[in-house]
Amino acid sequence: MLEITELVHSYGSHRVLDGVSLSVAEGELVSVVGPSGCGKSTLLRSIAGLIRPSGGQILLGGRPVDQIPDNLAIVFQDYSRSLFPWMTAANNVALPLRRRGLDRRRRREAAMAALDQVGLADAGGKYPWEMSGGMQQRVSIARALAYRPSLLLMDEPFGSVDAQTREDLEDLVLRVCAHHGMTILLITHDIDESVYVGDRVIVLTRSPARVSADLKVDLGASRDQIATRQLDEFVRLRAEVGRLVRGGSTTATTVLEQH
Amino acid sequence: MTHVATHSVRSVIRALGRLWLVPVTLVVWEIATRSAAQPFFPPPSAILARMHEIWFSGPASHLLLTDKALDDFGPSLARLFGGWLAAAALGVLIGTAIGCSSRLADYLDPLIELGRAVPPPLLVPFFLALLKLGTPAQLATIVFGVIWPILLNTIDGTRGVDRQHLETARIFGFSTAQRLRQVILPAAMPKIFAGLRLALSLALILLVIAEIFGGTGGIGYQLLYAQRSYLYPDMWGCLVMLGLLGYLLNSAFLLLERRVLAWHRGARQTN
Ligand SMILES: Nc1ncnc2c1ncn2[C@@H]1O[C@H](COP(=O)(O)OP(=O)(O)OP(=O)(O)O)[C@@H](O)[C@H]1O
Ligand SMILES: [Mg+2]
Repeated sequence: MLEITELVHSYGSHRVLDGVSLSVAEGELVSVVGPSGCGKSTLLRSIAGLIRPSGGQILLGGRPVDQIPDNLAIVFQDYSRSLFPWMTAANNVALPLRRRGLDRRRRREAAMAALDQVGLADAGGKYPWEMSGGMQQRVSIARALAYRPSLLLMDEPFGSVDAQTREDLEDLVLRVCAHHGMTILLITHDIDESVYVGDRVIVLTRSPARVSADLKVDLGASRDQIATRQLDEFVRLRAEVGRLVRGGSTTATTVLEQH
Repeated sequence: MTHVATHSVRSVIRALGRLWLVPVTLVVWEIATRSAAQPFFPPPSAILARMHEIWFSGPASHLLLTDKALDDFGPSLARLFGGWLAAAALGVLIGTAIGCSSRLADYLDPLIELGRAVPPPLLVPFFLALLKLGTPAQLATIVFGVIWPILLNTIDGTRGVDRQHLETARIFGFSTAQRLRQVILPAAMPKIFAGLRLALSLALILLVIAEIFGGTGGIGYQLLYAQRSYLYPDMWGCLVMLGLLGYLLNSAFLLLERRVLAWHRGARQTN
């Protein structure tokens, strides 16, 4: 469904993406990990058609991305600047649904259901600035989920929530991906998370970014926060991704920025 | 219960504490003008008595307003609001167009710089020559004089929309109308309101100037007439009335702003 070949991007003379190639099949959940500042957000923004990459090709459903694709949603890394502060949480979630041809009542219902899914059933009437960072982040996830895009791009979507909520949200994303056949590309700093949610894990090198590994995650379709994380395969993959992110044994000093 | 009571008592005391200067000023003013005994400086009691007599001694069914009050204030207020609202509509419309299109901005920026540099009072003779004496020329003066803060603030506000808000609108495929109504205009609203408020106080000034120079009625004309006829309490009454009007307009506008921009105050307090 998504086919990226030799993607190159520079901001001025500063090269950020240095020939990134990857592909994502329909219905797949692919996690992308990489050191801080390596160009993950740039990659996502190129796929979303928000920036025009300097070189390479992005095919979405066989067609090159030259503008914003129709059926795509994104959870921005900087979620606090993505929600509209002049609207309540429910309206923020409901607004994009106009395009789906739903009437007012149905939009409202869908918005409330999505907020409920992310554990914010009671916060529909709140304004973004009345909510904590983690709550805002969940509203922005709810907005993307309610929209039911065929491709969902998430840029470190669980960075500001507590551990318990984070696990719930990971499971929610897994469920949504399975139920609605959504294709998801999820960027994360968290190596455990990348393995836990991913059908595949793509590891990027330090800036300028290239794909240093593309690992298949053989943990089955249904996952469990406790049991899955104890599997030998999980432990092995986690160690391998960890090594790769640190750039192998040669650059063991690279430290991952943790939120 | 007692807590609430002491709280409200305290807030009343605080309000009184802020207001004490008003009666003190009035008393000093009264004493000073009485001892000076100059016809040009009537004491405030005489001014208030005169205001009551000519404007506020009407029937209760008219809120105590006399026919003369309706004659004097009615047309003035209609011009004031008419001019201000027309300027608001034009300013926001043109400003949004310019703010959203850099091509349009390139064309119109020089014209705007030129237009706003003209001191508004100078417009009165110009419009008097161009248009009919009375309301058309007065309205034109107000509209042309007060549109600038609205226009410039709208341009500024619509240009300053957070990039990520615009990207969000693009990603979710908002229509042009949706983008304008749900994203660009709300984001620009704080700036637009600041422009509108400035324009409102400017409109009052221009109203009086326009009525003094090219008027046949209205509060500015009454002011001029009273001054020329040596009716000093009447003239002072007009001045006091204008002061009150300006104060009331500003307070009413602030109330409206507080309602419309509640989100903005909240967002600013938490950031
Ligand atoms: N608009 C821009 N103009 C210039 N340089 C930019 C711009 N956006 C990002 N960069 C630079 O490009 C590099 C990659 O940025 P990017 O945001 O894609 O990294 P990232 O992997 O998402 O980082 P993080 O993990 O911190 O989110 C950084 O060095 C950054 O400074
Ligand atoms: Mg990033």
